[in-house]
Amino acid sequence: MKFIYQTWWKVIAVVLILSTLITGLLLPVPKLPILHETIRNLYFHVPMWMGMLSVLSISVFFSIRYLNKGKEEDDMAAVECVNTGLMFYALGLVTGMLWAKYTWGEFWSGDPKQDSAAIAFLLYCAYLVLRNSIDEEQKRAKISAIYNIFAFPIMVVLIFVLPRLTDSLHPGSGGNPAFGRYDLDNGMKVAFYPAMLGWSFLAIWIATLRYRIRLIENKRNNIS
Amino acid sequence: MKKAFIFILFLLSFVSAFAQQPNQVEMADAFRSSGKIYVVIATIVIIFIGLAIYLFSIDRRLKKLEKEK
Repeated sequence: MKFIYQTWWKVIAVVLILSTLITGLLLPVPKLPILHETIRNLYFHVPMWMGMLSVLSISVFFSIRYLNKGKEEDDMAAVECVNTGLMFYALGLVTGMLWAKYTWGEFWSGDPKQDSAAIAFLLYCAYLVLRNSIDEEQKRAKISAIYNIFAFPIMVVLIFVLPRLTDSLHPGSGGNPAFGRYDLDNGMKVAFYPAMLGWSFLAIWIATLRYRIRLIENKRNNIS
Repeated sequence: MKKAFIFILFLLSFVSAFAQQPNQVEMADAFRSSGKIYVVIATIVIIFIGLAIYLFSIDRRLKKLEKEK
């Protein structure tokens, strides 16, 4: 866990995101009807989900480690990862809604992708509610760790599997090709992969900051 | 004389602007102009606002800790 106090990967995150802000807006993109320039949202909307996914999977890792070793720090890391993940989740939902308004016609059209994303969002909100409703610390940590381990695969299935099996307007679902299909010369990958990596690092960075604050808060509470 | 000239100029400029209206049904909408690039800009703005709000909330939490000292 030493790396959370190091700087190099935070610099990488900033440089990667900075590069995609420039390449994402300037590099040529496939010319498609309806989408037009909004295809560039691929560099900003999709990485939100990548950031969410990376911190939530780290959270599952710490939940499992908590159940194995029973260390309080692991529980705190899991919670702060979920907190950060929910922020990226909300950003992904809102930017997706805006994108949908100008390509699908409505902010919320009851698309399977949108609906199941909303359900999974509530699933994680329930995690935080569950945590706050239990007073005893060890019990709270244990129950929320188990809930978290079960919530993660359900979330993955709801967002990334189920919408693909039905008709959805979202790219990559129900015979609807993903953007990789349009991008024949792979030119978009130059901006897309750094964006995915950079935003993941940024999400982890924010989660570690919150974790470090929580460590101090916990220390204070134990002393007083 | 000058006033009248400017008046006519404005009048004519209006006429030319009117004549340039396209025939398509595309409704006036700032977000759909220039190949919908403003949707991308709005997306970036939303992300930045979200991050800023989140930073402020973390800042407030840290401030509370610093005050306790």
